[in-house]
Amino acid sequence: MQVLPTPTERFIQGILPENPVYRQLLGLCPTLAVTGGLKPALTMAAAVGFVLLCANIITSLIRNLLKPHLRIVVFTLTIATFVTIVDRFLAAYLYQMSKALGPYIPLIIVNCIIICRCEVCASRQSVPAAAADALGQSLGFGLALAGIAAVRELLGTGMLAGYPVLPESWPDWVIMVLPPGAFLTFGLLLALVNWISADKQQGEGGGS
Amino acid sequence: MAYLVDIFLISISAALINNFVLYYFVGICPFIGVSRQVDMALGMGSAVTFVMTIAVFICWTITTLVLQPGAPVSVWIASFFVSPEAAAVIDLTILTYIVYIFAIASAVQFVEMYVRKFYPPLYKSFGVFLPLITTNCAILFACLTVMSHIIGVENPGEVWDLGRALALGIFGGVGFTIAIVIMAGIREELDLCDIPAPFQGAAITLIVGGILAMAFMGFTGVDSGLRAVLTGGP
Repeated sequence: MQVLPTPTERFIQGILPENPVYRQLLGLCPTLAVTGGLKPALTMAAAVGFVLLCANIITSLIRNLLKPHLRIVVFTLTIATFVTIVDRFLAAYLYQMSKALGPYIPLIIVNCIIICRCEVCASRQSVPAAAADALGQSLGFGLALAGIAAVRELLGTGMLAGYPVLPESWPDWVIMVLPPGAFLTFGLLLALVNWISADKQQGEGGGS
Repeated sequence: MAYLVDIFLISISAALINNFVLYYFVGICPFIGVSRQVDMALGMGSAVTFVMTIAVFICWTITTLVLQPGAPVSVWIASFFVSPEAAAVIDLTILTYIVYIFAIASAVQFVEMYVRKFYPPLYKSFGVFLPLITTNCAILFACLTVMSHIIGVENPGEVWDLGRALALGIFGGVGFTIAIVIMAGIREELDLCDIPAPFQGAAITLIVGGILAMAFMGFTGVDSGLRAVLTGGP
């Protein structure tokens, strides 16, 4: 049996080496859809983080009871329950944000990141490792989302999180906040991350 | 007549104007993952269309009969087993997500078993994609769109019936197929190109997707123009 990573390793892995968005290319729907502005992106990251943490802890607690052929159904139903909680919470306390995010909150249910983490980590390891993994992965997800959203909002409207940053004379690149801008920004940032990490590996003499 | 115009516009809108992949960003994972060859993309697209139609049908039925506030089945059960007072206020909307995902997952399972047993050639062509579809956001998104046109609609005349829901399901799937097949065609050509190393794989696919999305933006506004022409008024 292979040696499973410790909680600390799990936490660190989620942030960069196994970043869910840039490395594993998981959870791309919200990555592209809600990154028109920094605020919706951060709300989405927080919602995914909460669901991931709760789902990972529950899955880890019941991991010895899971039957292999039913596990995916159990994961999805666990996730759906917590997504309903998040959805009702947002509708009650952040109504505008809940309207703006629309169907993308319920779509967290089918976000591959969460099912993937339940499968890879939580269904095999104890609660501390699963929780650390969830925190690391959601931090990585949040950073990735914030990066894309910052670029798109800055170039598209000249603002960051609603505050004007660029001078008035900035010609808003409206395309950046429209659907094509999401694809282009993420594609270019992904290439940038690939380029930097390839460079680093060469610097380390091939790397690992 | 007005009904047919409505169906037609919902179909056009789902397939082209508000394309699921290029406008709403749902179903991106297969869009990136399975769009290497045209025939595979076509298989995936037809599987998604098939499942989406079935899922929308199931979700429309469940929502209308059981889940929406004052739905006939839940009112009947509540008044039979609890009390008429409970039946008057029953509202199962909070269960929608759990019920939907369960309905989709089991529909996919049954479709897979059925196709494998009775249509082996069909199973060969798109059976491998079926399990993947459970976690495809496009299916759940179609169901949620249908839900948003049933629950919480103030004007009773605007509530979607089964025909409109099915139009969304079928043509949403067709739109997905169009997008993924175009993408696969472009990627087959891209294999022959000399792409800079950092862009290889997903990055160039996303950029091509961005350009495709720009092209599809050309359809914006077509639906309101068509409605004006077809109904003969502004």
